[in-house]
Amino acid sequence: MSDVLLIEDDPAVRQGVTWGLRHRGHRVTAAATGEEGLAALRSHRPDVAVLDLMLPGMTGLDVLKRIRDRDQLPIIIVTARGDDVDVVLGLETGADDYVIKPVQAGVLEARIRAVLRRFGPEAAVPAHLRPRSYGELTIDRAAYTVTRNGEPVPLGPSELRLLLALSAAPGQVLSRQQLLEQVWEHSYHGDVRLVDACVKRLRGKLGETSGGARYVETVRGFGYRFRAG
Amino acid sequence: MKARIPGVVGGLRFRLVVGFALVAVVGVLGTGALTFREARVGVLQQSQDMVVDQFRDSVDAQIPAAGTPPQRDGLAAVVTDLATTHSSQHWRVLATYRDLRVTSQPGDSFPEVTAALRRSVDTRSVAVFQRVRSGSASALVVGLPVTYGYGTVAQSSSGLAFYLVVPQTAEQRYVSALVTAIERAAVPAVCLAVLLALLVARGVLRPVRALRGATRRMASGHLDTRLTVQGSDELADLSRTFNETAAALERSVTELRQMEAQARRFVADVSHELRTPLAAMSAVTEVLDDEVAHLERGTAEAVQLISGETGRLVTLVNDLMEISRFDAGAAELALDEIDLAESVRRSLAARGWQEQVGAELPQALRAVVDPRRLDVVVANLVGNALRHGAAPVTVTLTAYQEAGGEPWARLVVADSGPGIAPEALPHIFERFYKASSARTRSASSGLGLAITAENVALHGGRLRAENGPGGAVFTVELPCRPGGRNADDWDGADGVDDGEDAEDADGRGKAGAR
Repeated sequence: MSDVLLIEDDPAVRQGVTWGLRHRGHRVTAAATGEEGLAALRSHRPDVAVLDLMLPGMTGLDVLKRIRDRDQLPIIIVTARGDDVDVVLGLETGADDYVIKPVQAGVLEARIRAVLRRFGPEAAVPAHLRPRSYGELTIDRAAYTVTRNGEPVPLGPSELRLLLALSAAPGQVLSRQQLLEQVWEHSYHGDVRLVDACVKRLRGKLGETSGGARYVETVRGFGYRFRAG
Repeated sequence: MKARIPGVVGGLRFRLVVGFALVAVVGVLGTGALTFREARVGVLQQSQDMVVDQFRDSVDAQIPAAGTPPQRDGLAAVVTDLATTHSSQHWRVLATYRDLRVTSQPGDSFPEVTAALRRSVDTRSVAVFQRVRSGSASALVVGLPVTYGYGTVAQSSSGLAFYLVVPQTAEQRYVSALVTAIERAAVPAVCLAVLLALLVARGVLRPVRALRGATRRMASGHLDTRLTVQGSDELADLSRTFNETAAALERSVTELRQMEAQARRFVADVSHELRTPLAAMSAVTEVLDDEVAHLERGTAEAVQLISGETGRLVTLVNDLMEISRFDAGAAELALDEIDLAESVRRSLAARGWQEQVGAELPQALRAVVDPRRLDVVVANLVGNALRHGAAPVTVTLTAYQEAGGEPWARLVVADSGPGIAPEALPHIFERFYKASSARTRSASSGLGLAITAENVALHGGRLRAENGPGGAVFTVELPCRPGGRNADDWDGADGVDDGEDAEDADGRGKAGAR
């Protein structure tokens, strides 16, 4: 049971998805435009946003950026084509997952549950409840906070979960497929662009925009590895 | 199309050279023969007339010395005088009078003077001449009867006759020089003809060669090939015709391509337009499915039908979109280095097929592939085997080396069903091809094997279908390092390692164009 904000311009799709999610027991707030959706975000404080990228007026990407500027709630984007440039842009802008139209209510709901679980307790990795420091970085697995030189780093749910997964075993290489299954709960053959875009975002937020990657290292041909400072 | 280069003997150049040489030989020989004949006749005639005239004049002048009737001494003086006067011409003179024979040289038997000639001189009383050949030398023999009387007064034979034998060595030399000259003229003439023939052949062959090259270029798909037309001869005309044909061909091909592109775009557009209503419908199918229990039977069945067919329609539209991306050339490989064995295992597990399918997989087989597309390939082939074949279905993955040492992977999906009808085999990867009319409806869209073939081709691999001993066998062969790629080209989000900015200010990375 969660509060879902649905931003979708087509009335039939909006209606159908609303019914489908309500049938599964979610509370749904539906908005027809980006502006309406941003207003509903302030008034309703939803748990998760489902955002169609193809919107009239203010584009889905703009809405996504505006939400991410002030909020770390999970966002699932809806796209017409999986190989769209917009998917990559959306993921790099901060979307946590995407689904391709037409989507069944069950599939969408599974994704919603998966992104919401990213805030929940870690089951896959043994919890080190004491905050641990890696160079300038301090990760508190109990409080779900990350600080760098004492400053809190605002991480989205996927970024945080990815960092937790990688830092759970520093020095160990995790393949993109493994991360996809562990963090996104996708299948082995899912879209690894989710991982790549998220790594990029995470590196940006950890201040690794230029120069060498200090924490999240690429192991060519195999995957990613966390380096303890 | 096999290029056939004309042989040396059959070639146009050879034929032109031979033709020109023949014309030159015939011309030289013909002209030479005619010239030779005319010149020879003229030379001989002239020298003959001259000799006869000289002989007559000399005899006329000397005849009084012979005495009347001619005496031996007188005649001897005359013939000696005639011979010495013309000693440079090697005259031999014979005078006969009745039984008297006087020669310019003592003991000369004059074998050249035949009985027939003497008879002719005796009876006709005019100058008679004959050419006599003995061995390689020829000589002119002149017989001159001496007559009495002057002017138009009737002449009567005196019985005295003079014979002259002159060797014709000078004339012979002259004639043989002519032959030599003709022979000498023939050689350079033939050489010149061959040279001219080569020049002409080059002039003819250049446009022919250009035409041949242009035709080949056209055949290999360069429809914009045109020839530069020079001059106004038949070859230029041919080049012009070629250009017109090429232009017409290019026009129709362009039109066809445009029409094809329009048709493809139409399919893509239609599929895309179907998405929105389908999105609304598929979002509520679960609501319908759950309500079925509370509905009366007829309505429940109708609702189930709508729900099930909506799912089929979603599959069909998704497959159509996928195919139209291949057609538009928009399908791209998202390459990643993975373990193929693990990938196949996961594909089977994700669909609950582990129990139904016997998998023979190696420990590990690392390859650079697009994992999603490989999953589509495995799912389509195994799904096809389970639907249309019969258990047991086996999946075998092996590594092997392609000719040249390249590492490749072979995936074989075999079933134990009746196999594929021989007439269906060549069409099995065509879109919407139904191998059996009985299977008009199935869970697949009819595009599964076509999409499989496109995905394998995109990897630079091969896909074939055949009938094995047990049933249908589908074999996929993939390069482990497509396009010479290796792990270094693996394109993760690792811009940082290359010194590239991982992210710009507003979070829109550069990987957007991927």
